[in-house]
Amino acid sequence: MKIKDLSTLEYITPGTGACAGCPSTIGLRIIGKALGENAIGFLTPSCAVASMGLTPQTCYTFPALNICFASAGASAGGAAMALDALYRKGKLQGEKPVVFNWVGDGGTYDIGFQGLSGSAERNDDYIHFCYNNEAYSNTGNQRSGATPQFALTTTSPTGKEIGQKNMPLLMLEHRPPYVATASLAYPMDLYRKVEKAKNITGFRYIEIHMPCCTSWRFPAADTIKMSKLAVRTGAWLLWEGEYGKLTLNGVTASLAEGRRKPAPLENYLKPQGRFSTMFKSPDKDKHLAFIEYNIHRELEFMAGRAKLLK
Amino acid sequence: MSKVFGSGNTACAMAVKDADVDFVAAYPITPQTAVAEKIAAYIAQGIMDANYLPVESEHSAASAIAAASAVGARVFTATASQGLLYMHEILHYAAGGRLPLVMANVNRAVNMPWCLYADHQDAVSQRDTGWIQLFAASNQEIYDSILLAFKVAEEVQIPVMINYDGFLVSHSMMPFETLDENKIKEYLPPYDPSWRLHPQWGGTFGNVTFSEQYVPYRESLTRDVKRAGELIIRCAREFEELTGRWHGGYFDVYRPEDASFFLLSMGSMGKEMELAVDLLRQEGIPAAGLRLRVFCPFPKEELSALLPTGTNLLVFDRNLVYGSAAGVLLQESRAALYDRRDEIRIAGISVGLGGEDLPASLLADKAREMIQEVKK
Repeated sequence: MKIKDLSTLEYITPGTGACAGCPSTIGLRIIGKALGENAIGFLTPSCAVASMGLTPQTCYTFPALNICFASAGASAGGAAMALDALYRKGKLQGEKPVVFNWVGDGGTYDIGFQGLSGSAERNDDYIHFCYNNEAYSNTGNQRSGATPQFALTTTSPTGKEIGQKNMPLLMLEHRPPYVATASLAYPMDLYRKVEKAKNITGFRYIEIHMPCCTSWRFPAADTIKMSKLAVRTGAWLLWEGEYGKLTLNGVTASLAEGRRKPAPLENYLKPQGRFSTMFKSPDKDKHLAFIEYNIHRELEFMAGRAKLLK
Repeated sequence: MSKVFGSGNTACAMAVKDADVDFVAAYPITPQTAVAEKIAAYIAQGIMDANYLPVESEHSAASAIAAASAVGARVFTATASQGLLYMHEILHYAAGGRLPLVMANVNRAVNMPWCLYADHQDAVSQRDTGWIQLFAASNQEIYDSILLAFKVAEEVQIPVMINYDGFLVSHSMMPFETLDENKIKEYLPPYDPSWRLHPQWGGTFGNVTFSEQYVPYRESLTRDVKRAGELIIRCAREFEELTGRWHGGYFDVYRPEDASFFLLSMGSMGKEMELAVDLLRQEGIPAAGLRLRVFCPFPKEELSALLPTGTNLLVFDRNLVYGSAAGVLLQESRAALYDRRDEIRIAGISVGLGGEDLPASLLADKAREMIQEVKK
């Protein structure tokens, strides 16, 4: 299947309040084409809510409910389970809609973590999409658990002291039916993963890397370019897993097998204003080497993890 | 109709079973735990057709039933104390979203320090969330109030909390009667929501507003909370016609004839107060009991209507407004009767905190102290 063969269904109408170059809107367009019309979405406070339009207007064509920040796991899980009851009892007829969350890294890594962990453990029946722009971009770029080391945010004004956690791996270790990571630079890989997830029952988690031109401070035209560099440098890893069994995908698999050399890290980090302090630092080379070491370490770790549970 | 000898928590769980609930999410907390357990057991035994989400927190319990209500399910949860406090964010959310949730709150003290026993601080701390709040004082009243709660919540599209005292009621065994399925169907028809979060309906819910949209939402909520008071009485009357059971309107009034001293309280204390009234009457003190059943919306006009000119209101709060003389009921009563401040004298105390034992003799003592105070 080629990108031009995708459905013409659009989850977002023109006129969204999102920034120029917004990766979240690109992501929603792709997942909408895979999920189709019989779906309902839950949104926690984030750019996706702030940019949707003021009451009574909306830029979304899918039925959506804005929920509280820590509620994603329980709300989607509760709605999916309630729908099961309503269809079983004959109170609704037809095919049960796909239930999904469209939630940022704050609502996933930080405030929503407990609810998601509980939900994954219970194997609640929905797809959680984490659109990871590595910060609280909606409130003006504060650090989150997904913000990488040395990145400037308004609450890490000298650069974040510690790296991000490996949230997708944490979800995989709950051993749900499906966990995947994806990138906007590889839309057909994302599309395939959403379509695969759509046909599975139970807890499914897909995290999409979302370079944010506003928070990261790079030109709005370069969203896809930055997405691609993140994967090619190994800073963002593409993989999928079922019931705890992990497979590296695409470029990430090539990097892990040594069939491909990682792209120079500076190509990815230098254009990002959030690393400007690091690049001006006398310890620049040391810091870059440390980031490179961590990227390598993470790749090696995930490749090793993929060898378990063949 | 069958007669059951069971605890308050059993009465609660049986009412939920009988109310054709579609979805329950619950997290265990003393003294609510038996409600969460019994409902899970009914579903496992196949005598209740609902789905049950054993969530990892009360915040998630409330979030789950709110979303389940949005897709059109009849939903229920139960909690107590810290659990209710942990739900606080979602209580505001659900009332604002006009989601007809029903919850049982088994009243218990809040920490620090830890205390497991009856106290209304948990519930009164939720007064301003937009929820309707009822207080039940017997197992029969719990069973009947749960059925009423679904009827009221779904008609006015506002969530309802049924409160009853931890241990004193939740764990007390009393006989109560259930209601036959056909009578329940007559009283509580299947939930037919006006909208659903579903592709057949479409729409986005809870979008951002500015004040010009926000204000009308808030005005309609406060208007409808007020309106819900009349609806509660109407539904209670309808229930009485169907079953012959009546627990009182806004108030369960005890011996009001020729009374000069009205003893106002909520929950199990209100039942004990009847014995205190008897003690006082034996001494020739014309006392009466007012057990408040509807805490939110607070029945200001109805309270005033019960009090003839020249009488006295003695308020017993099982909660405390810190830094104030007593509790929330005293504040609400003073506000309700402000225009009659020259006609009705009011005194109030906080008693029974943390499950402090409240025998009728103690309540009568406290009443006598307050009588001295209002006579000054």
